Amino acid sequence: MTLLKNLAVTVLVGIVLLILSYRIGSFHDYELAEVAAYVTAVGGLTMLVGISGQISIGHGAFMFIGAYVAALLLQHLRWPIYLLIIAAAAACAVAGGIVGLAAARLRGPYLAGATLMLAVALPEIAGRYQGVFGGDQGLDINVTVPSALGANFQLTQWLAWVTCLAALITLFLLANLVNSRVGRSWRAVRDDEIAASLSGLNVARLQILAFVVSAACAGVGGALLAIVLANVSPGTFTLTLSIALLTAAVLGGLGSLAGALWGTLLFVFLPGYLTNVAQSHGLNSSASSSVPIAAYGVVLIVVMLVFPAGIQGAVRRLLGIAAPAAGAPLTVLRRQAAALDPKEKSTTTLVGTAPPEKGKGTR
Amino acid sequence: MKRPSTMRLAPVAGLAAIAMLAAACGSSGGSSSASGGSNAKPGASAPGITATSITIGSTQPLTGVAAPGYDEISQASEAYFQYVNAHGGIFGRKINYIVKNDQYNPSITSTMTRQLVLNDNVFADFDALGTPTHLAVAPFLNSEKVPDVFVASGCECWNAPTTWPETFGWQLDYIREGKILGNYIKTTFPGKKVGIFYQNDEFGLDGVKGLDYELPASTVVAKEPYDVTNTTVGPAVAKLKAAGAQIVVSFSVPAFTALLKLNMLGLSFNPTLVVSDVGSDAITLGGLLESFAAQSHKKVVGNQLTQGIITDGYLPALSDTSSNTWLQLFSKIHAQYIPKLPFDGNVEYGMSVAYSFVQAMEKAGKNPTRQDLLTAIQGGLSQGPSVAPYAYSPTNHNGGTGAYMGTIKNGVLVQMGPVLVTDTSPTGAITPYTTPQPPAPASGIPSP
Repeated sequence: MTLLKNLAVTVLVGIVLLILSYRIGSFHDYELAEVAAYVTAVGGLTMLVGISGQISIGHGAFMFIGAYVAALLLQHLRWPIYLLIIAAAAACAVAGGIVGLAAARLRGPYLAGATLMLAVALPEIAGRYQGVFGGDQGLDINVTVPSALGANFQLTQWLAWVTCLAALITLFLLANLVNSRVGRSWRAVRDDEIAASLSGLNVARLQILAFVVSAACAGVGGALLAIVLANVSPGTFTLTLSIALLTAAVLGGLGSLAGALWGTLLFVFLPGYLTNVAQSHGLNSSASSSVPIAAYGVVLIVVMLVFPAGIQGAVRRLLGIAAPAAGAPLTVLRRQAAALDPKEKSTTTLVGTAPPEKGKGTR
Repeated sequence: MKRPSTMRLAPVAGLAAIAMLAAACGSSGGSSSASGGSNAKPGASAPGITATSITIGSTQPLTGVAAPGYDEISQASEAYFQYVNAHGGIFGRKINYIVKNDQYNPSITSTMTRQLVLNDNVFADFDALGTPTHLAVAPFLNSEKVPDVFVASGCECWNAPTTWPETFGWQLDYIREGKILGNYIKTTFPGKKVGIFYQNDEFGLDGVKGLDYELPASTVVAKEPYDVTNTTVGPAVAKLKAAGAQIVVSFSVPAFTALLKLNMLGLSFNPTLVVSDVGSDAITLGGLLESFAAQSHKKVVGNQLTQGIITDGYLPALSDTSSNTWLQLFSKIHAQYIPKLPFDGNVEYGMSVAYSFVQAMEKAGKNPTRQDLLTAIQGGLSQGPSVAPYAYSPTNHNGGTGAYMGTIKNGVLVQMGPVLVTDTSPTGAITPYTTPQPPAPASGIPSP
């Protein structure tokens, strides 16, 4: 049932986006493609943190791997786009498996630290092996419009098609996975590892699997981003990107794919919008270019204070939709915070507002 | 069996939101890929040109690692354009200059440049700053046939008339600059050990190439690259010291010149420091040195630390502000439009390159197409504020061809010796250019 519904919805959204891509003009096609690339990575991350209960501050590194795999395969072997994306996903799945092996042994801040290291260290490789990765300047990745579409077909529209299709397929698979037995097992592990283990679940294997899936999504996102930007360089995959991905997931609402989209939209559109607003109010260019950085911080603080379950949590609350039975993603963070302090018994004090529970829709 | 209800709704709500948002943007943003041809009114001769305005765009580092100093360039260009607009514009059209902040990050440059071309519909990309950043978008600009004029980078790569017909350099390219610096070191400090510190991309590599053309290989004892994404330069500086370098040549942006200098101080390493023009503006450097030192709770005086740095200049030396007509013009505009900025090399650069653009546009004619602008530049531009002539021709898209050597004294660049011109070949001679620089026009605006 769920599978069919998800499929129907995916196809429907696909058709809407297809029509849209003809109507919004080149630049918005480009932005659409950018959102599709980032939402894929954020979707994988929100699943990892919100559903499986692990944290990663290193997802930019998986995007880095995906992007360079795609760029190198295109440059040297001229693989078609769909194979580039699949190869990037596969490479990142392997990388995610390796990281997952370590991750399954680490908890809370230690896991955060380990993945943080990944985000800092990995892009440096591009500078060390300049001959292969092109150094700071990176590699060009030029995709062309298939000749079947005609000579005047806009490249950005083609990119929007490719990225939206890839994002839809990835999110569709992810949504089904989260609703499947695997997803339920992840939630069980997230909420109580010992209880999950007693119920016969292999905790470590499930945690590694979560990393594999999440990294593969980031790999797809990285490959898509590379294709959209037409260039991959280490400057794209800084620690800032990793943190921005996590911020987008948290802002949107951990564990929710819709939330991933809200977060991504903020991440992609807010800076440009705010710069324009600041400039139209007569701020000079260097002052107005600092506004988005400050505003992003303010938005983050406000959302966390007012809607601890993220934007999707707020949407649910406003619409009176019950949170999913096993939702309550913030229990993860609460539990991890509580684990740091053995004396702390009442965990609710650590996070201001308890996440909405089933049946308590509106205030 | 009961299933949680959110996940299957998630993709619906989410993607529907993309759809709505994109649609909203689409309607408010207006037509984005209009090409001037079909509905050309009188005066609207090309995309970005109307009867009353010329819209051009640029990507600049207004925040981030390359911002200190360079964030003044676009403000200075804008000041010059305002001056031109106030004096009648270009054939009556006012220049509308849109500057986007790319933070010296190639992925942001990609997005911002597409925004300028596809959304803001600019006539040309003007003075986009940075080698790694602009390399990410030059193919795009050329495939869209958007004039990509006067890139704010001395990479020799902009000189590719067959593959990138739309792209033009402007400032002295780093190969010529490397040759001039190398030649000076070779003749002034014969036999001394030279260490090279350079940015690990085409900017630094072109500079090193030029140096290598001139410096005997036996005198170069170390070559240490840095990455703009990594501000830890201590190990590189330690290697330069360990190699016994008596002279250190640096092809770096100002922030990394400052980091180099402070790390040298920390290691009590005091070689003669030679810095390429783009990384050597004395006022910018002095400020950076003071603020970086303050971050680690140390107090230094910027002007003392920049004292004696050897560099080169392709625009008039700021020590000549009272006598040089170009500097008089620019300091007048500076006082009128951007008095809060220091009058430094970045401001001089921004106004000079804006002058060249106005000059090229006037030459392109009353109702210019994009091709007219390219033809005008390829036909050659007079040197204007530059101390040496430009190389522009149909087969050469490099800008400046020469510079003078200079040194920083009390926070100001002072010229040493004549202007030297050369080419980009390994063997091309370096010769003095003795023709005096033509003075600035009295109106301050170039005539076609």
